[in-house]
Amino acid sequence: MEMTRTKLAEGVYLTYLPARKFKTSLLSAQFAVPIRQETASAYALLPAVLRRGTVTYPDMGSLSARLDRLYGARIDYTVRKKGENQCVGFVASFIDDSFAPGGEKLLEPVADLLGELICDPATERGRFVPAYFESEKTNLIDAIRSLINDKRDYADSRLLWEMCAGEPYGISRLGSEETAEKLQLRKLYAQYGQLIATSRLELFYSGSADENRVVRALRSAFSTLPRENIQDVAIPQDHPAREEVRTVVEELDVTQGKLGMGFSCGSSDTAALLMGNTLFGGSSNSKLFLNVREKLSLCYYASSLYHRQKGLITVSSGIEFDNYQKAYDEILAQLAAVQNGDLEDWELEGARSTLLNAYASMGDSQGKLENFYLGQAVTGQSETPEDLAAQVRQVTPERIFKAMKTVKLDTVYFLRGKEAAE
Amino acid sequence: MKQSFYERIGESVHREVLPNGLQVCVVPKPEFAKSYAFFATRYGGMDTRFCLDGKWLDTPAGIAHYLEHKMFDTKEGNALQELAKNGAEPNAFTSNAMTGYYFDSTDHFEENLEILLSFVSIPYFTEESVAKEQGIIGQEIRMIEDNPDWQIYTRMMRALYRNSTARTSIAGTVESISHITAETLYDCHKAFYTPSNMVLTVVGDVKPEHIVDTARRILPREGGPVIPRDYGTEPETVAERETSLAMEVSMPQFLTGFKCRPVADGEDYMRMSLIGDMACDILLGDSSPLYLRLYDQGLINTSFGGTFEMMPGVAYLYAGGDSKDSRAVMAEIRKEADRLAREGIDEDFYQRVRRAAFGSNLRGLNSFENIAVSLTEGYFHGYDPFRFPQVFDSITKEDIAAFLRDNITEDRMVLSEIVPKEA
Repeated sequence: MEMTRTKLAEGVYLTYLPARKFKTSLLSAQFAVPIRQETASAYALLPAVLRRGTVTYPDMGSLSARLDRLYGARIDYTVRKKGENQCVGFVASFIDDSFAPGGEKLLEPVADLLGELICDPATERGRFVPAYFESEKTNLIDAIRSLINDKRDYADSRLLWEMCAGEPYGISRLGSEETAEKLQLRKLYAQYGQLIATSRLELFYSGSADENRVVRALRSAFSTLPRENIQDVAIPQDHPAREEVRTVVEELDVTQGKLGMGFSCGSSDTAALLMGNTLFGGSSNSKLFLNVREKLSLCYYASSLYHRQKGLITVSSGIEFDNYQKAYDEILAQLAAVQNGDLEDWELEGARSTLLNAYASMGDSQGKLENFYLGQAVTGQSETPEDLAAQVRQVTPERIFKAMKTVKLDTVYFLRGKEAAE
Repeated sequence: MKQSFYERIGESVHREVLPNGLQVCVVPKPEFAKSYAFFATRYGGMDTRFCLDGKWLDTPAGIAHYLEHKMFDTKEGNALQELAKNGAEPNAFTSNAMTGYYFDSTDHFEENLEILLSFVSIPYFTEESVAKEQGIIGQEIRMIEDNPDWQIYTRMMRALYRNSTARTSIAGTVESISHITAETLYDCHKAFYTPSNMVLTVVGDVKPEHIVDTARRILPREGGPVIPRDYGTEPETVAERETSLAMEVSMPQFLTGFKCRPVADGEDYMRMSLIGDMACDILLGDSSPLYLRLYDQGLINTSFGGTFEMMPGVAYLYAGGDSKDSRAVMAEIRKEADRLAREGIDEDFYQRVRRAAFGSNLRGLNSFENIAVSLTEGYFHGYDPFRFPQVFDSITKEDIAAFLRDNITEDRMVLSEIVPKEA
C-alpha cells in the first residue's frame, strides 16, 4: 500500500494514503500531548467545545446545515489515548468527489471547516462562549460517570487504572470526574491556545485526491495555526514490576461477574508477543476461547488483549460469581500452556493467519488505517501494517515461548454482585 | 448470471437463483484485499410459532439464536476453528427475522466458503452438546440483562406490542432456553435452513461463476416448502404506556417509541423505510430545530438519537438517550411532530436532509457487511436496496409530513425508562 508522511510545518505532519476504492474520503486532525492527570479533562473537553461553533458557523444549527449541504459530511470530535499520549481532534468523513451528484468538490470545503473548527472558534469577549463551555462540561462529567453503564468496558478500564495507578497509562482518556468538575472557562481558553500552538498536530488523509491537492487544501485551511516551542510526544515507559499480585474486588448490583487480569510483559520481542497473545486469548481459536468458554462453559466471553504500545496483556471475562476461582485457575493454566509450548501446529498457524489477515485487510477500512497510523506516529514507531505482517511471518515457536515466559500476573480485578458478599 | 449496474452509486451485482431456490448475489470489489461471505436464512427471534409437515409448533423463546450457536458444531469438531485456522474471522448473528453467518478473509477464500456452506447446511448436535451450550448462552443472557441499552429497548418493545412476537427477546431467557432439545433444533433447521429460504451474498474480488458453482456443489439439490409462520395478531393500540426499571446506571435514560403502520413487501417496503428514516432526521435528527433547541436547553446530550425500524408485520420509530427530564423531551417531540404535520416542512431544510440522507446511504456502501445484509433483507422483502437514489427521487416532503401525521401521535406512543438505583 502506498503511504507518504510529510512535514507540513513545525510539528505538523501529514500521513497521506491514496485510495480510489472507497465511497468516502477521510480527513483527520489530531493534537497529541503526553497525558497528565492535571490536563486530561481540559483537553478532553476542548474538541467538544470547539465542535459547537466557529466564527462563520457560530452555532450547531449553522454547522449542521453546512455539513448537510456537503452531502452529509461528518465531522466527529475524538478523544483517544495512544500509548501514554492523549490525542484530541476531529475526524471528517465525506463522500468522494466522484459521487457528488452535482460534481462539486468536497475536499476543500471540508478541510476549511476543519481548520476553522480548530483555529477560529466562536468566542465571546475573548474566551469560549460560556453556554457552550457549561453544557459541554456537564456532558463530559456525564460521560465520565456513565462509564459504569457498560459493565464490560467498566471492568476493563478499572483493571487498567488499578494496574497502572500512578503511571500515565493509568489515566483515563477523559480524565477524572474531580478534575472535570474544576474546569474553568477562562483557564480552558488559555489551555486551548497552548494546545494548538505547542503540541504535535497529526493530519491524515485517505481518498482519491492527489497529494498536492491535499497538501494545498490543508496548508490553506491551517494557515493561521500558531506554532511555537513544540513539545515532544511521550514514549511509553515500562510498567514497573510488582512484588506481589494486587487484587481488587468491587461490588455492584449486577447479575454477571467480571473477572479481569492484568499481566506485565518483560520482553521487547513485539512480534512474538503478538503471536503469543493471539494464541492465549486473541481469537476464536485461542486457548481461552476453546477452554474457558467452549470446554468448561464458564463464560460467553474470555479474551486477551496485547497493549503493544505499553507491553501489557489484559484478560477480560464475564462469569458467574461462584466460578471466580475456577475461571482464575483456568486462565492461568492456559497461559502456562502457551508458555510451555503446549501447542499444536494448527494453533500456531491459525494464530499467524489471524494476524496476517488483520494486517492485510487493514487497508480496506479508512477508520482502521487512521487509528493505526495515529498510534504509530505518536509513539515514535514507523512500521506499516505490511512491516508488522512480515515480522509476524518470521516469528519462530521458540521466540514465542521465550517472550511469553516473561508474562507475569500483576493485577486482578473482580466485579461481583452485592448479594454474593453476604 | 444476471448482472445489474447501478451507475449513481458505482456498484454492480450479479444475481442467480439456483434450482434449489437459493438466491446468490455477488458484488465485485476488485481493489480490496479481503472478501466477505454472508449466508443467511429468513429465520430469527420472532419465528417461534410455525407449521411444519402440517403441524403447528410452538418453540421456546431464544431458539433461533441457540441454533445459531450450535450450527458451528460439526461431526469433525467445530467450524469456527476450521475457519480460524485459515485466518478467516467467522461470526454469526441472530436478529428478529434473520440469522446470518459470515466471515472475511484475505486468503483461501473459496476453501473458507465451502466450510461456511457446509456447516450451515449440515446440522450436527447431540443431547450433550446442546446441554453444554446452556452455560455459555446463559452467561450471554446475564451479560445483556446487565446492559441498560438492552433492557430499555426490550422493555420498550414489550410496551409497544401486545401479541406480535417482535416483543420476544432474541436470546430468550435462562428459563426458556432450558426447554431446548436436540430434537427441536433439528426440526427448526429442517424448516428454515433450506436453500429456498436462504440467500448467499459474496462481496469482494471474486469470480461470480465460481461462487455459484461452489454453492451448487455443496448445498442440497432440492429446496423445502414455504413454512407458514404466526407472528401474532397485533392491534393498532400499544400494550402499555410506560415502563420503568432501576439499574446501576449513572443517570436516567429513556426511549420513546411510536407504533407505526406496517406496509407490505415490495418496493413500497423500502420506500417506507427511507421515508421513516428521513422523518426521523427531520423530526429529531442532529440538525433538526428540535434537536438544537433541546440540546441548548440541556434536556438532551450527544447520546440522543432516533431511528425507524421495520420487521415482518411491524414498524416503529423510536428515539432517546440520557435525560434528566424524559417527559419534557417526549412532549416536545410530540409538539414538533404536530407542528410539522400542520405547517409542513421547510423546503430548504428538506433539501438539506435529502442530501445528507443520500450521503449517509452512500457511505454505508463502504461496509461489506452492510452491503450483504441489505441485499439479503431486500431479497426477503422483495425490493432492490441499490435502487435507493431512484426511490429517494420519488419521495416528497408531503410523504414525510403524512408519515408524521399518521404515526407520531399520542395514542401510539410509549415510554421506557431506566433510572439509577437509590444509593
